[in-house]
Amino acid sequence: MLSIKNLNVSVEGKPILNGLNLEVKDGEVHAIMGPNGSGKSTLASVIAGRDYFTIEQGEVTYMGKNLLEIPPEVRAKEGIFLGFQYPVEIPGVSMTNFMRTAINEKRKHQGLKPLSGAEFLKLMEEKKKLVKIESKLANRSVNEGFSGGEKKKNEIFQLALLEPKLAVLDETDSGLDIDALKVVANGVNMLKRKDNATILITHYQRLLDYVIPDVVHVLFDGKIVKSGGKELALELEEKGYNWITKET
Amino acid sequence: MQKDNNKIINKLAKSDYKYGFYTDIETDRAPKGLTEDTIRFIWEKKKEPDFMLDFRLKAFRHWQKMAEPTWAHVKYKPIDYQDITYYAAPHKKPQYENLDQVDPDLLETFNKLGIPLEEQKQLAGVAVDAVMDSVSVATTYKKSLAEKGIIFSSFSEALQDHPDLVEKYMATVVPYTDNFFAALNSAVFSDGSFVYIPKGVHCPMELSTYFRINAANTGQFERTLIVAEEGSYVSYLEGCTAPMRSENQLHAAIVEIIAHKNAEVKYSTVQNWYPGDKQGSGGVYNFVTKRGICKEKNAKISWTQVETGSAVTWKYPSLILKGDNTTGEFFSVAVTNNMQQADTGTKMIHLGKNSRSTIISKGISAGNSNNSYRGLVKMSGQATNSRNFSQCDSLLLGDKSGAHTFPYIDVANKSSIVEHEATTSKISEDQLFYSLQRGIDMENAIGLIVNGYAKDVLKKLPMEFAVEAQKLLSISLEGSVG
Ligand SMILES: Nc1ncnc2c1ncn2[C@@H]1O[C@H](COP(=O)(O)OP(=O)(O)OP(=O)(O)O)[C@@H](O)[C@H]1O
Ligand SMILES: [Mg+2]
Repeated sequence: MLSIKNLNVSVEGKPILNGLNLEVKDGEVHAIMGPNGSGKSTLASVIAGRDYFTIEQGEVTYMGKNLLEIPPEVRAKEGIFLGFQYPVEIPGVSMTNFMRTAINEKRKHQGLKPLSGAEFLKLMEEKKKLVKIESKLANRSVNEGFSGGEKKKNEIFQLALLEPKLAVLDETDSGLDIDALKVVANGVNMLKRKDNATILITHYQRLLDYVIPDVVHVLFDGKIVKSGGKELALELEEKGYNWITKET
Repeated sequence: MQKDNNKIINKLAKSDYKYGFYTDIETDRAPKGLTEDTIRFIWEKKKEPDFMLDFRLKAFRHWQKMAEPTWAHVKYKPIDYQDITYYAAPHKKPQYENLDQVDPDLLETFNKLGIPLEEQKQLAGVAVDAVMDSVSVATTYKKSLAEKGIIFSSFSEALQDHPDLVEKYMATVVPYTDNFFAALNSAVFSDGSFVYIPKGVHCPMELSTYFRINAANTGQFERTLIVAEEGSYVSYLEGCTAPMRSENQLHAAIVEIIAHKNAEVKYSTVQNWYPGDKQGSGGVYNFVTKRGICKEKNAKISWTQVETGSAVTWKYPSLILKGDNTTGEFFSVAVTNNMQQADTGTKMIHLGKNSRSTIISKGISAGNSNNSYRGLVKMSGQATNSRNFSQCDSLLLGDKSGAHTFPYIDVANKSSIVEHEATTSKISEDQLFYSLQRGIDMENAIGLIVNGYAKDVLKKLPMEFAVEAQKLLSISLEGSVG
């Protein structure tokens, strides 16, 4: 589904990703861990198409297409979803309006008829239950005045509504209480299908108790320096990152 | 950040005026220039009563002694008042009973504007008095209004049919001495609308007028007079678009509203004059004097305006709250893009006891434009226990546009309260990227954010106009899809 080869990315002349390689296949869950500032969010942003990064070198292929040539809104419509580490507030724009526009734009792209108001509200109700988001949150403006945890839950709510092919969740588990963590994990598990994939960026192995990753990667200094199974996460939690950085 | 900003600005700057076209209807016009002869020409052409000639000439003589105001935060090339045609009328000017009789070119114009008369007629409860080139050419729903004693006609017709009413009220709220543009309008105005709601009558439908400037190089001088007798109610709507022009066009209108005891008048405008091209040339100069008076106890007037057009706007719909317990409201969204300049706001003059006023102003500036809010709240000595609340917000798109707020407050009694709040915000890169990431393109995202920002004002508009206004905000900001 996603193939990244020798990706080198800089911002304002400063290198951030240095020769990163990653292969994600249909149906897989990948976890990416790594110290602060190692480039995890940068990778997520590049996949989503944020344009203040400069791609110096490398290839990113998504479903057989050169992803780097596709504008961000088209990437979204073709199934890429980014759960933001810091979801932004958009005052005055209701969640309902925002998500209805998003879904209908995507449907238009797929050649489907737009959902009517009633159909959309029904879908919202369904997904609200799935991610146990309180009704009042969904009725407010996008993230406006939401607590840190509520913002993260709202990302999962949007994920559930949009049903992406490739979800990149950037620390969606940070700042969540244990119940909310289960909700997030549940959301990811329930949306898991043979033909989609998830990249979980996280600092905590506890999320991985609920969502079992196929592969765990360690991102360090702009590249993936180690990959392994679920046990790698446990090992990292125990020993920190030092042993790996020494190894490399 | 910078890079994205520039992208947005460029995208916005691509936005071309979508209603740029003009039809070719023959006009009957006055020679260019302004002298007492011009005024006599207009008066004769329009076969007006004698008092009008006297009024126009007085206004003209006064105007000659006045200087153009320079205090507004706008810049424009000096206007050559002798290079303007002060009167142009469509050649044939019958009042049409049905659409088949209407000049097909005119219908085509309305169709291009997206306001086919057929549909307008069917639109529940909306009477349309379409004004084209200064003379009213189509009026509908007149009969059912007449049954209630409501007069809704062109100003010219009102001068023929109800000269006493016009004489009684005209220039009582905006005297010709008021300001330079008001004096000019009083001297040369060609047409406009007249509304009279008799005592105790609740006008059963929204009264709506579309204005268009159509003849090349013709200054447009509209005059609207609305009188609501005791205990009556009316909601009046005015919308306009103008075709693409190469020379600047002057538009200096006057609107006067008189609300008697317990009467309520809602006045809504969706204004979309041609704003000029990306370099700012060719747009309409909109210098308007709008004022209402809540004359006696419990009267209420609200102004709601959505302003997206004009190269230069100078406009302060104001209210005199003369009676006790009167209420004045001003709700405004003003959008400027490219090189547009707007200096707009309101004046609330509290004279009566327990009078209330609310001001909500939302300015949106994009491109290289400049958007100023200028507001005066005055509480006189007698206006005890009165209140005003003002909220003035500015939203900036990109970093080349400007927003300015000039609030003036003057309170002459101790029991009145004036509150003023102001905010300035920007559409951030992060907000736009968040929307893009959800599959919402730049134009839709800006549309959603801007409409959300302006919601408090848009919801004051009658339903069908709110939809139109939303579209207009999107059209004026979003560019023609690149
Ligand atoms: N827009 C930017 N301008 C300048 N530097 C940036 C920008 N974005 C990221 N960086 C830098 O790139 C490096 C990687 O940042 P990134 O946000 O990708 O780290 P991260 O792995 O997600 O860290 P964390 O675990 O703290 O979220 C950091 O040194 C950061 O300061
Ligand atoms: Mg990060």
